[in-house]
Amino acid sequence: MTTRFGIAVFPGTWSDRDCAHAAELAGGEAVFLWHAERDLRGADVVVLPGGFAYGDYLRTGAIARFAPLMEAVRERAREGGPVLGICNGFQILCEAGLLPGALLRNQSLQFRCQPVWLRVESCRTPFLAGGEVGQVLRMPISHGEGRYYVDAGTLRQLEQEGRVALRYSEADGRLSPDANPNGSLGAIAGVSNAEGNVLGMMPHPERACEPLLGSSDGLRLFASALAALSPP
Amino acid sequence: MSRAGTAAPPSREELRQLALTEEEYGSACRQLGREPNQLELGLLGALWSEHCSYKTSKRLLGQLPSASPRVVQGPGENAGVVDLGGGLLCCFKMESHNHPSAVEPVQGAATGVGGILRDVIAMGARPVALLDSIRFGALEDARQRQRFARVVEGIGWYGNCIGVPTVGGETYFDQAYSENCLVNAMCVGLVEQGRLARALARGEGNPVLLVGADTGRDGIHGATFASVELDREAEERRPAVQVGNPFLEKCLLEACQELAGDPDLVGLQDCGAAGLSSACAEMAHRGGSGVEIEVQRVSRRERGMGPYEVMLSESQERMVLVVREGAEERFRERFRRWGLRCDVIGRVIAEPCLRVTDGGRPVAQLPLSVLVAGVPPRRPQSRAEPAPAASSPDPLLEVPPWPAEEAWLRVLGSPNCASSRWVWRQYDHQVGDDTIVGPGADAAVLRLRGRVQGLALSVDSAHPSARLDPRRGTAMGLAEGLRNLACVGAEPLGVTDCLNFGDPDSPLVMWQLEEAVAGLAEAARELGVPVVSGNVSLHNQYQGRSIPPTPSLGLVGLVPDLERLPRPGFCVEGDLVALLGRPGAGPEGVELGGSEYQRLASGQPSGSAPELDLAAERRAAEAVRQAVRARLLRSCHDCSLGGLGVALAEAAVWGGQGAVVRSPLAPPERPSPGWAAAVLLGETQGRYLASLDPGRLAELERALAAAGVPLAVLGRVGGEWLEVSGVARIPLAGARERLEGALPGAMAGPALGAGMGERAGPVS
Repeated sequence: MTTRFGIAVFPGTWSDRDCAHAAELAGGEAVFLWHAERDLRGADVVVLPGGFAYGDYLRTGAIARFAPLMEAVRERAREGGPVLGICNGFQILCEAGLLPGALLRNQSLQFRCQPVWLRVESCRTPFLAGGEVGQVLRMPISHGEGRYYVDAGTLRQLEQEGRVALRYSEADGRLSPDANPNGSLGAIAGVSNAEGNVLGMMPHPERACEPLLGSSDGLRLFASALAALSPP
Repeated sequence: MSRAGTAAPPSREELRQLALTEEEYGSACRQLGREPNQLELGLLGALWSEHCSYKTSKRLLGQLPSASPRVVQGPGENAGVVDLGGGLLCCFKMESHNHPSAVEPVQGAATGVGGILRDVIAMGARPVALLDSIRFGALEDARQRQRFARVVEGIGWYGNCIGVPTVGGETYFDQAYSENCLVNAMCVGLVEQGRLARALARGEGNPVLLVGADTGRDGIHGATFASVELDREAEERRPAVQVGNPFLEKCLLEACQELAGDPDLVGLQDCGAAGLSSACAEMAHRGGSGVEIEVQRVSRRERGMGPYEVMLSESQERMVLVVREGAEERFRERFRRWGLRCDVIGRVIAEPCLRVTDGGRPVAQLPLSVLVAGVPPRRPQSRAEPAPAASSPDPLLEVPPWPAEEAWLRVLGSPNCASSRWVWRQYDHQVGDDTIVGPGADAAVLRLRGRVQGLALSVDSAHPSARLDPRRGTAMGLAEGLRNLACVGAEPLGVTDCLNFGDPDSPLVMWQLEEAVAGLAEAARELGVPVVSGNVSLHNQYQGRSIPPTPSLGLVGLVPDLERLPRPGFCVEGDLVALLGRPGAGPEGVELGGSEYQRLASGQPSGSAPELDLAAERRAAEAVRQAVRARLLRSCHDCSLGGLGVALAEAAVWGGQGAVVRSPLAPPERPSPGWAAAVLLGETQGRYLASLDPGRLAELERALAAAGVPLAVLGRVGGEWLEVSGVARIPLAGARERLEGALPGAMAGPALGAGMGERAGPVS
């Protein structure tokens, strides 16, 4: 049976079709999940894509967390089902309390769309399970509010528990201020929950799934989730 | 329906407020057989504005060729449409938002993007790309920096929020645009054949629906505002600038996507300039019927709005639909699902007029033959600028201001030639996953899903020498666009134009407009590029000073095979560097008129515009396309602003390899002191700079000889230097620093108000 990726669609979501395309490239099946329905439509993996859900009024993700769909997502996350939040999806997961921390305005105070390198810090999540720690991935960012912030105590906890999944780095994996495109604390680009089944990340893996687009490193995240769910 | 109780005709001042002349008012009265009432006068003022009626430019635009076997829809609808084959159509249009951006840069620019997106959405198409052309004054001026940054913010904000990639564009800075910035936005969309929508109202009794934002007091008389000179009172016209809501428009986009192709959808039109009045009148006029609007049914944002304000509001993110009678609830339900308000506000009537009622009481009734088609054409005087006495040779040849190396570096460091990455890294240029070549290259390239083909998109403006010769300078803009498409192997499908000019009542400006349109028409015919849509922006003047003639041109081309795209720049050491096209023209083989070098050295263009041979341009473009398809070229780049010197430096920096080449021209017997710099920086047209595997040279030579296109092998790729033997050499790192650092450097100047007691940075 094909692994089914449920792609959330809020009013204002715009990476939905890109994520569906990526899921299909990885060999999965994609269904769209409407924000107003409390129904995951039999999805094995839930993806909260990029965009400006509900216009991102008030704060990014602040309204989306009240969507009926999010009740179902919360429940699935609690049950241990894999949930991936990309860009706006990461912001929503933080607002919904499924991930710690918040995404602040970029240090430059400007929107940034550019390719970045990401060093894999932990392979605990099903989305990075097929990779190796230290591996460097190439994919783009596209956001105005992506500066990860969390209080010092939680940061220590995240580091100790191996929940920092991805960091912005140079091509060779070195960390440097220049490689951090938005001023994120600890150059953090992605974090997971304590159980590892929920991953939030600012970069866009769905934009890096084909050589024609410059990189296929992003496909690993979709393929890895698919492999983690497939019976051996 | 008498004029608010009084029979007194409107004062000259009242007419001036509406940008109507007394003659136009007289003509309206004669056509109506009565005096219009106040509401009717407002409707006439809006629909008869230059912005809506093209009363000055219409007679000229007729000469633009708009047909080809590929053209499905030429000018006259919301956007032009070309056939990509296999049942897929491409819609595109470019529009100006100059006046609003001058007054309120963020919202002015953002709503320009929102408006052009709706034009494409109204065709039933999904927008897949945005491009823009921006012109500001010199960035040494803090006020220009601030406004430019805010225009970029506005464009980015709207496009980024709605999720349509901004894949290309151009920026240009010159003091001539200090008081009149230009902000032109282009949108490209795709639609399947059977889903193409039209902007018409027909079928007596069919309901007229308004969907989207509530109608507010914003933007009243925006169309009129865009049709008068920006003056000191412009700041007071800020209420004439609208406020954008990209989130709402995203929902509109998706809902319209779901409804396009529905058999019960009769017509779809966006509410742009002049709001409901123009949308309804134009739909009815196209459909050969009339429309009746009940203003009480229009959902209003504010209390106390009368029919005048409702009909002329330019509140953004609204669209008008006509659907078959009985289908209205189904459509409303669809919109409701996306959280959009949709109301039946009127119906189609047989009588060809726009009728407005307020609680059932008729308050305006104007025949469409008067309202839409009755504006008396304006024929302001035009007078040619006396041709400048041919001052040959150019003073820059006689007395060069800088040594050749320094001139080269200065041109590379001009924000007009340097990379505009500072701009486009603020734009999402990838959403949709179809951007194969993004901003910064000759042409952007998008893939077409499920095909080997792609779309090539380019925005180019008239060459700066249009100030010297508007006809030739405009034609050069189209030739440059054609070259940009050829560099990625794309054949042109069509062009959309945005004609930015000054005060049409200045005989000189009128002459410039006539010449530019004639030049565009001639180039479009000769180069085989139909003009399928466009927009005219006049009155770009301030205190009697008009902007230079600045037509912007947005080209769309078809890339036959994405697997055969050349690589960017010089990337393989040992490759040959070649110049395709004639090496030079003019006295001593160099042409400096209107060049960036001349602008930097003397402040403005002088002398004569570069020569332009349209037949040679067409031949060269075809030959380059063939060479790209045959994989004869590793990289290909056109020589435009900054000439060979900039093309060489860009190719080297993009590919990461230097080059050692010879001059494409042998020095004359007694070269002028400034000859070397002029070879590097002259802007002779019709040239491409390519790199190729030496093994492909023989084949390329044969192909170009057969096509009658000159080819000169200039040297080889490699090393850390850019050297033109006997002319100049600069380090590759220096070229990179100039190209990449110029715009960020210019934008890093002190902020407006710094040093005046304002806090410079955020406080923690």
